[in-house]
Amino acid sequence: MAGIEWVAFSVFIFFFALVTVMGFFAARWKSGPVSEHLDEWGLGGRQFGTWITWFLIGGDFYTAYTVIAVPALVYAVGAYGFFALPYTVIVYPFVFAVMPMLWKVAHKNGYVTAADVVHGTYNSRALELAVALTGMVATMPYIALQLIGMGVVIKAMGLTGEWPIIAAFIILALYTYSSGLRAPALIAFVKDIMIYIVVLVAVVVVPYRLGGYGAVFSAANDAFTAKGGATGLTLKPGQLLAYATLALGSALAAFMYPHTLTGVFASKSADTIRKNAILLPAYTLLLGLIALLGYMAYAAHLKLGSPNDAVPVLFQTLFPSWFAGFAFAAIAIGALVPAAVMSIGAANLFTRNVWKSYVDPAITHAGEAAVAKITSLVVKVGALAFILFLPTQYALDLQLLGGLWILQTFPALVFGLFTRWFRAEGLLLGWAAGIGWGTWTAWSNGMKPLASLALGGDSYTFFVGLGALILNIAVAAVVTVIVQMILPEEKGATARS
Amino acid sequence: MWAVLLIPFIGLLWVPFYNFSEPSLLGFPFFYWYQFAWVPITSLLIWLVYRNRTPDQSGE
Repeated sequence: MAGIEWVAFSVFIFFFALVTVMGFFAARWKSGPVSEHLDEWGLGGRQFGTWITWFLIGGDFYTAYTVIAVPALVYAVGAYGFFALPYTVIVYPFVFAVMPMLWKVAHKNGYVTAADVVHGTYNSRALELAVALTGMVATMPYIALQLIGMGVVIKAMGLTGEWPIIAAFIILALYTYSSGLRAPALIAFVKDIMIYIVVLVAVVVVPYRLGGYGAVFSAANDAFTAKGGATGLTLKPGQLLAYATLALGSALAAFMYPHTLTGVFASKSADTIRKNAILLPAYTLLLGLIALLGYMAYAAHLKLGSPNDAVPVLFQTLFPSWFAGFAFAAIAIGALVPAAVMSIGAANLFTRNVWKSYVDPAITHAGEAAVAKITSLVVKVGALAFILFLPTQYALDLQLLGGLWILQTFPALVFGLFTRWFRAEGLLLGWAAGIGWGTWTAWSNGMKPLASLALGGDSYTFFVGLGALILNIAVAAVVTVIVQMILPEEKGATARS
Repeated sequence: MWAVLLIPFIGLLWVPFYNFSEPSLLGFPFFYWYQFAWVPITSLLIWLVYRNRTPDQSGE
């Protein structure tokens, strides 16, 4: 690519500047004393209604990296990459049934994080720390991936070197520091409207230019037939179980992450969350259409260096420069919102469940906000260093392991809402067993999220995270039974009305 | 009523239901439009459960 694409770059800079101003202005939006209380900085004052929550969770769950990576996977392997669609459908019945209950517990007791809920339920510092550390470790590579997504579009505009990403991230870090969750909540409006415009234009104009959806699918089918292997417009027989378990496991893991839970805890009421479970699937339609951009890359006969370039090169090839710049700005801003919420979620965990629990139990509300603000800076610098100094593949591998890890906090966080039978000891050992087995299995399979099990001559391939979750629950149940025999008098979870 | 929430899990996780190309719709193979169709259906099912909750479950 010769030099900088000035038209695209100017449009990009305009929108980037717009959201930067909004980010700093956000501290005064729905005004509250941002630095006085962690509820203000870290949860935006726990006052977000249905629409703000819709934009915030939509902006933070469907990340910039998704816009690059899902079409890239669909481009590379076909139907198998489409598991993101069933995943982001079945997540919502789960959100509807469980998240309002979790919100009520958090609201009543002033909890800010998942680990707060776990500590409140089981009164176990060890289990609280396990959940907090898992959340922080799983989030770091996720932030790094947002940077990779931003890097792909910056590179597509002809900018070279590391400075554009460093500059973008410093700006992000500063307004997150000063405005807290209000900044990504306000920016999410701009980001999501831009993404909706880009995708709706793309899914109408691109097939029109390429001869319709029939031609798009047929071009992809020809390419997969030529390519061979485990690719194609439908799944190979050996991929069915992997597809279903990836969808289910990812759906159960999705709202265990600190960034999604932050969106849940920041909402105004349990009903806000219920309404969002009904309305958020609109983003899933968008995601499914974005995934199809991977097939459109075949129909447009693009020559790609890497599958990750499918979306940016498609826009550059088929659209005028100014619209490509608009699309790239949408993707880059789409990286800022989740990166901000993720760093806030991780900072909340560190503040509440490490700093307050181990360093300064008598910390004031203002002190909590101050610790969280500084932690959010440290987290972002860490993610930036990750991208600048380590191979990109590490971030991808760790994010994959992160999904597996965060899923292991599911029993500790969710079971307590329904039953007080489980004991903290059991949940802690189950967590350790799930993380240990899952990590070892993924590692020994060359960092693939799939494991195989041979039963009666047939081989079944499934998502490691879900296998680890089953092991986790089994260990938790067995240990709970044993502990109850030794110490029958104590109740598992503390009483709650 | 809450069992309605399980319907999308059955429809989407039992992959042999939809792992084929025909009948296609507007150029979309069955595999794709079937899964897309579950998005509005799921919203509708959740909305039905939401509408039919007993009042004491609603709330702040």
